[in-house]
Amino acid sequence: MSYIVKPKFHHPQLQKNDLGYTRRDYEGTLTTLCGGCGHDSISAAIIHAVHEMSLAPHQLAKVSGIGCSSKIPSYFLERSHGFNSVHGRMPSIATGANLANRELYYLGISGDGDTASIGLGQFCHIVRRRINMLYIVANNGTYGLTKGQLSATADLGSKTKSGEESRYDNIDLVSLAIDLGASFVARSFSGDKEQLVPLIQAGLSHRGFALIDVISPCVTFNNTPLSAHGYKNTWENNVVLSEIDFVPMRKEITARYSAGKDKEITLHDGSVIHLHKTGSGHDPGNRENALLHVNEHKKQGKIATGLLYINQDQSDFHELADTVNKPFNRLNEHDLCPGGEVLADINETFM
Amino acid sequence: MKPTDISDPDYFHKVVDCQWACPAHTPVPEYIRLIAGKRYTDAYMINWESNVFPGILGRTCDRPCEPACRRGRVEEQPVAICRLKRVAADYKSDIKDRLPGVPKRKNGRHIALVGAGPASLTVARDLLPLGYEITVFDRDAAAGGAMRTQIPRFRLPVEVLEEELNYVLHMGVDRRFGTEITSMKELLAEGFDAVFVGTGAPLGKTLDLPGFAEAKPNIHTGIEWLANVAFEHIDSIGETVIVLGGGNTAMDCCRSSKRLGGEDVKVVVRSGFDEMKASPWEIEDAMNEDIPILNFCVPKRYLLKDGKLCGMEFEKVRREYDGNGRRLLIPTGEEPLVLPCDDVLCAIGQDNAFPWIERDLGIEFDRWELPVLDKTTFQSTHEKVFFGGDAALGPDNIITAVAHGHAAALSIHLLCEGRDVKDRPADLTTLASQKMGIHQWSYDNDISNDVRYIVPHAAKEKTLNDINIEVELGFDEDLGYAETQRCLNCDVQTVFTTRSCIECDACVDICPTDCITFTANGEEGELRQRLLAPAENEEQDIYVSDTLGTGRIMAKNEDLCLHCGLCAERCPTAAWDMQKYLFNTAKAVNA
Ligand SMILES: Cc1cc2nc3c(=O)[nH]c(=O)nc-3n(C[C@H](O)[C@H](O)[C@H](O)COP(=O)(O)OP(=O)(O)OC[C@H]3O[C@@H](n4cnc5c(N)ncnc54)[C@H](O)[C@@H]3O)c2cc1C
Ligand SMILES: Cc1ncc(C[n+]2csc(CCOP(=O)(O)OP(=O)(O)O)c2C)c(N)n1
Ligand code: SF4
Ligand code: SF4
Ligand code: SF4
Ligand SMILES: [Mg+2]
Repeated sequence: MSYIVKPKFHHPQLQKNDLGYTRRDYEGTLTTLCGGCGHDSISAAIIHAVHEMSLAPHQLAKVSGIGCSSKIPSYFLERSHGFNSVHGRMPSIATGANLANRELYYLGISGDGDTASIGLGQFCHIVRRRINMLYIVANNGTYGLTKGQLSATADLGSKTKSGEESRYDNIDLVSLAIDLGASFVARSFSGDKEQLVPLIQAGLSHRGFALIDVISPCVTFNNTPLSAHGYKNTWENNVVLSEIDFVPMRKEITARYSAGKDKEITLHDGSVIHLHKTGSGHDPGNRENALLHVNEHKKQGKIATGLLYINQDQSDFHELADTVNKPFNRLNEHDLCPGGEVLADINETFM
Repeated sequence: MKPTDISDPDYFHKVVDCQWACPAHTPVPEYIRLIAGKRYTDAYMINWESNVFPGILGRTCDRPCEPACRRGRVEEQPVAICRLKRVAADYKSDIKDRLPGVPKRKNGRHIALVGAGPASLTVARDLLPLGYEITVFDRDAAAGGAMRTQIPRFRLPVEVLEEELNYVLHMGVDRRFGTEITSMKELLAEGFDAVFVGTGAPLGKTLDLPGFAEAKPNIHTGIEWLANVAFEHIDSIGETVIVLGGGNTAMDCCRSSKRLGGEDVKVVVRSGFDEMKASPWEIEDAMNEDIPILNFCVPKRYLLKDGKLCGMEFEKVRREYDGNGRRLLIPTGEEPLVLPCDDVLCAIGQDNAFPWIERDLGIEFDRWELPVLDKTTFQSTHEKVFFGGDAALGPDNIITAVAHGHAAALSIHLLCEGRDVKDRPADLTTLASQKMGIHQWSYDNDISNDVRYIVPHAAKEKTLNDINIEVELGFDEDLGYAETQRCLNCDVQTVFTTRSCIECDACVDICPTDCITFTANGEEGELRQRLLAPAENEEQDIYVSDTLGTGRIMAKNEDLCLHCGLCAERCPTAAWDMQKYLFNTAKAVNA
């Protein structure tokens, strides 16, 4: 752990966003994770993404469970809302918060242990309920915080630093989420911010439940040559199925990828995803196709990344539950107890 | 780009911006850290070895290091490098036992130094410990050159000057002061093994305008007048004074006048305020003493009353640029400006002159009357004759004179040893890891965010009444310490080991100034634009690694690195390490 405060000096040409903030204004306290942990790169990618989108810090709430991964909300968006909950229970907190105030951006941060082991039930239900949020799993195939036990996402045959080999097939969170009806599903790698940043932006802008499963190596306990979630294996076996650029509402595009765009997807808030096919034949608009591709790559020991599945037209929880547009936490006594006349009208309908 | 060759001694030296910019390459951050540790004497000795006159320079140096200082690129003001040098000098203890020993048995070589300014005394300092006999000639009665005769005492107290001159003179210099050398031929005939010419740039200029002949008794050459003030031949001036010129000499002239009876002292400059040659802090000090500076006024004539100077007439001009971008001064057509005055001080430049060097000795001069020299060895076209300081390349400053002195002393030593003066020893460098623990370094990487501290001044009422009272009081120990904490330790280098890197991005994510990028290799110009934050300062290098596992390279923009060590703290494989680069210029003693 570093003991000094990160110097406040920054690059003099550091860009300011529409709100006049530099990227450094979206940082949090100095990380206490192991140096080289993929989770820190996810923090950095979130900072990049939110800064570029010009979101005001108070527009966003960070929610997390327990684990090294769940600690990272401390290290970014210091001035946003946040709740660090108990192990595997982030989905309940996120659901409650989203019910209370539907106007915030919700960013869930979890680990593979937090999501695929103790929190698997909660995870399935939040996907199914289509809570409008971006749920990021910092997936390292291990329980980092408790010193490196194999997790449920560890690939069959993968080995941790202590030599323990995974004897069970893994839970693939991407396939599970697609299967359960998530409307935005992506996979990425902490080492590839060019891919991760626009995915985070698209996931935050997407209305409905968005999942990004980010391979995020645990440099201390699960980064041997035989660790499927290590840096080496991920660099070598990463197959990009689709590349995207994200264009926030009313913004000119600055393309990250040079290849021409093949398809435009307009999201509910007016922002646009430019989709570049990579010759993989992958169509993120097709659910069966997405499941098939993810599985085929898995069989070959490859990791399919990119935007895997999107359905921008699916209704979210609030639409399904037919809630009022005004956030619950702003409903006042008059809204909730409209008086005898309204009651009489309602009673009338039962007559 | 090709991988950076960090074994090139210039590579890391350039990263230490202040040291690179210092003509004598003083190891600045090293002495600043010693001051922070209250090791003033050690800090002083590091300076003394590099620049011979730390107490003098800590008050008067032109400080080319400060505009170069990295701190000035990440915030408004550089570190007060120069005034910290003074802290070392002010708070040191006795250094006599640390001075180099001088052998009793001489090596049989005898060198003549003409002039006893900083250039010559540096040659003496470098050669005496090697057993040389040194004879120094100066036409003045005391040593110091322009440091004694030009720099006023309110900027440089005589005790400080003499203390540091004496460290050299007491090493056993054969002093021939009050002796003007009038013939190089005769000097060479005395059989010296080498002659070093450190005679400065002694010729001041006056301005010959209509009325000059009659007004002459009240028109003074700035540098001659200052020398007369220094030797107390002059102790007063008229009530109304005009100083012509915009350089440091003009600033010393006007401030001295203020102290010798000048009530209404004005500086008049032909060109604009921003074009003035004087150092910004000298201009500021003059203005603080209520001396107005009038710009864009071209002197036209001396005005006379009863055959005596009574004023000057100036033409008002404005600035324009011609098609070639050359600056022109165009008359505005306004009424001429008339200023009354009792005395005029001309501080409009200095020239070199060598009337005493016969032109048939094989010592060639160029068309500006400057000697033809090798810029590294300072050897003239005569094998045994060397030049340094203002005499070599024209008027400059003390630290440049010192740097020339070191180089010339090395050349003289090589010549006397029968070696090739061009075959110079390598500079002395070391690169050593500063790692003490996982996140602990042997330097303090927790730098301060404070803005530059201001050096306190003595009260104006006091200093304006006595030319010998020093204006600046210097930092006290607490202020000095606080200022040291602003230094970024640019000599503690980030050293990268390609084969250790696992490309985890930890260093990229932590770097406060976005120095580090992992990307595809490319041509430098294009690569500079592709970095996380564009690297637009071409004077600063890009540190490029070998090809990494993913086929990318690591490219680090040295321009804004804070040397905070966070990349090395976050790196899981110690692919980054913080290593201190000590650089010392090779001197005669190292040959
Ligand atoms: C007014 C003024 C203010 C200055 N202020 C500063 C300042 O604040 N900081 C700074 O860094 N620089 C300053 N300088 C410049 C600095 O003083 C010189 O660059 C520096 O002193 C040059 O050193 P030197 O050894 O080459 O020669 P000098 O210091 O000029 O010494 C030359 C010596 O040679 C002697 N000499 C000359 N001819 C002969 C001869 N024929 N025989 C015998 N002796 C001879 C002279 O008497 C003199 O003592 C200032 C200059 C002036 C004019
Ligand atoms: C209810 C409960 N059970 C067990 C634990 C112990 N525990 C803390 S973190 C953790 C696993 C975290 O793994 P993961 O979510 O993958 O996070 P990582 O540290 O790998 O980022 C466990 C089992 C706990 N804190 N609470
Ligand atoms: S233990 Fe693993 S997951 Fe936790 S901080 Fe260290 S590297 Fe990251
Ligand atoms: S910050 Fe310190 S080491 Fe760096 S250039 Fe300035 S004085 Fe020199
Ligand atoms: S922190 Fe170290 S291992 Fe990681 S990318 Fe930087 S240099 Fe490489
Ligand atoms: Mg984990």
